[in-house]
Amino acid sequence: MLAQTLHDLLQGFHVALEPHNLMWSFFGVLIGNLIGVLPGMGALSAISMLLPLTYTLKAVPAILMLAGIFYGSQYGGAIGAILLNLPCHPPHAVTCLDGYPMTLKGKGGTALGITMMSSFFAASVGILVMIFASPLLVEIAFKFGPAELFSIMLLGLVAGGTMSKGSPVKGIAMTALGLLIGVVGTDVNTGTQRFNFGFAELSDQVQLVALALGLFGVADFLCNVNRMHIIGSGMKLGLRDMRPSMAEIKEAFWPMVRGTLVGTAFGGMPGTGPTITTFIAYAFEKKISKHPERFGHGELAGVAAPEAASHSKTQVDFIPTMSLGIPGDAVMALLLGALLIQGIQPGPQLISEHADIFWGLIASFWIGNLILMLLNVPLIGIWVKLLQVPYRFMFPSALFFIAVGVYSTNNSIFEVGETLVFGLLGAVLVALRFSVAPILLGYVLGPLVEENFRRAVLLSRGSLTVFVQRPISACFVAASTALIVLQLFFWLRGKHIARRDRAVSRMQHQEGEAAGGGTQSA
Amino acid sequence: METGSPRPRGFMNRFHRDYYGGALLIFIGLSAVYMGFGYHIGDLRHMGPGYFPVAVGSIIAAMGVLIAIGARSHKEIDDEYLAPEWRGWICIVLSIVAFLVIGHWGGLIPATFAIVFISAMGDKQNTVKGAFLLSAAMCLVAWLVFVLGLQLQFPLFTWG
Repeated sequence: MLAQTLHDLLQGFHVALEPHNLMWSFFGVLIGNLIGVLPGMGALSAISMLLPLTYTLKAVPAILMLAGIFYGSQYGGAIGAILLNLPCHPPHAVTCLDGYPMTLKGKGGTALGITMMSSFFAASVGILVMIFASPLLVEIAFKFGPAELFSIMLLGLVAGGTMSKGSPVKGIAMTALGLLIGVVGTDVNTGTQRFNFGFAELSDQVQLVALALGLFGVADFLCNVNRMHIIGSGMKLGLRDMRPSMAEIKEAFWPMVRGTLVGTAFGGMPGTGPTITTFIAYAFEKKISKHPERFGHGELAGVAAPEAASHSKTQVDFIPTMSLGIPGDAVMALLLGALLIQGIQPGPQLISEHADIFWGLIASFWIGNLILMLLNVPLIGIWVKLLQVPYRFMFPSALFFIAVGVYSTNNSIFEVGETLVFGLLGAVLVALRFSVAPILLGYVLGPLVEENFRRAVLLSRGSLTVFVQRPISACFVAASTALIVLQLFFWLRGKHIARRDRAVSRMQHQEGEAAGGGTQSA
Repeated sequence: METGSPRPRGFMNRFHRDYYGGALLIFIGLSAVYMGFGYHIGDLRHMGPGYFPVAVGSIIAAMGVLIAIGARSHKEIDDEYLAPEWRGWICIVLSIVAFLVIGHWGGLIPATFAIVFISAMGDKQNTVKGAFLLSAAMCLVAWLVFVLGLQLQFPLFTWG
């Protein structure tokens, strides 16, 4: 099997290195990096804005380009996090903690260099894991029937909802809202028009791009207009500043390896987003460090570990996305949606039927990460300049790109209106402190969940026990239940602790008052 | 980190936003259930097109109830007060509406100009001249990238 895998991989490199594909991969990395660097633009908005560009391409270059956009924008986000303390992509929130203090110390270039090194190392490890784990997973996946598919999607949805940031109840609510949005359109089984509010344009589902750009583009602008004031740091970064010294590489090496391991371990779990992974990697590093007090003041390990964790996590995340068709987070959901638009159904068949896409993608990850490194060394000066583009010029231009991008998807003005509606909905939800990313996850999985649920229950003649009778399916159901019970447990414990703390502080307060009164009377 | 994601919250600072969040979800969930009943529901043996929407709608409504109940328990004071940004909000919404309308009746270039110009006016620091120049530049980009480069099917100018 190993020989077969290596042969396939070689084939993949062959596909990825075709000049045509290589060009699109390069273009994706470049433009993803460019957009990711812009303040306020994260990986999600970058991918959804550029998604329409890939419609005209064939499937292989399209997906290679999208992957390039993804890691390009991810790296671009790290630049903003380290140099300006702007976490545009949530996983970079942790990087800010130590990256920005390093910039203040004049070591921003080193931090970027270490970030690049860690991400390349972590991505390489993640790719290796992907190469060896995917065929195994596919073998299991071929045994999956509708009941298993439903339960594993349920697990993905529950995990994505409860483990995202914010309260788990809100996360589940948003996931369910996504499922509901996924229902809009024609029912495949009966042809009934559902939730189309009289618009014929809605009979063919809500547009993925319109939804994503509404939630992550327009909603963001509504939240940030007149509130985002970026003071350019006015620094100059050259090629030389990027090169970390030998001692610094040594210092960052083990944190990088540990971060990679944390990321890989979490990568297999569907629904755990990269944000949690980075937090865990950071906390772990701080715990075992000899100088925990240095964290938050520009410690190199605090940059290397979370960046490595986030990159290996996203790389490994591609395994469930590609081999089971179950995305781990919103970014993966977008990529999955893009594949569906190209007429490719991710799942165990993908690897056997579209071997060129799967292995080409894996090979292109490696090549793309290499391009990213080569690209960033000479271009870092330009990225620093881009960071200072004022928000007041950026968001009107981005709005235009969003509008035209959505229009070009189907040459339909109606979908621009959809974007506006979802933008308003997203802004309201964000204002009410909901995290909107699970909506996208629910939306992409929605039709698949419904289809498989209906099929499984139909096959079992209306009995819901089918989901616990089949062993694989029962495991997934058990895992979902465990997740919910655990969350409930932590929630109740948190409440208990909060109540006890309040009681304690009240008692202390009363004692203090009593003592204060005592001294006064004395 | 505070510059990262400032949220519009000021205008409902006095009330508890979880009440509103819960209420909104209950509303969405119940409407979905109501509309789902309009399609055929069927039973587990023969699920109709309404079955799944009703199920999902009930989950949403249930979560809404949970959130609204939970709102009572935490009473910590919210972070800093942020004034509502009516000018920015109205301009952004208007600019997209303008793109819709003008794009339909007037073509790509006027629509591009409208969306960039109107949304740029939403930012208090933008001057009319600055917004004008930015919009003109974007029109050029629209023509170069989308019409010449990507051959987008969108007439440059039309009348009605």
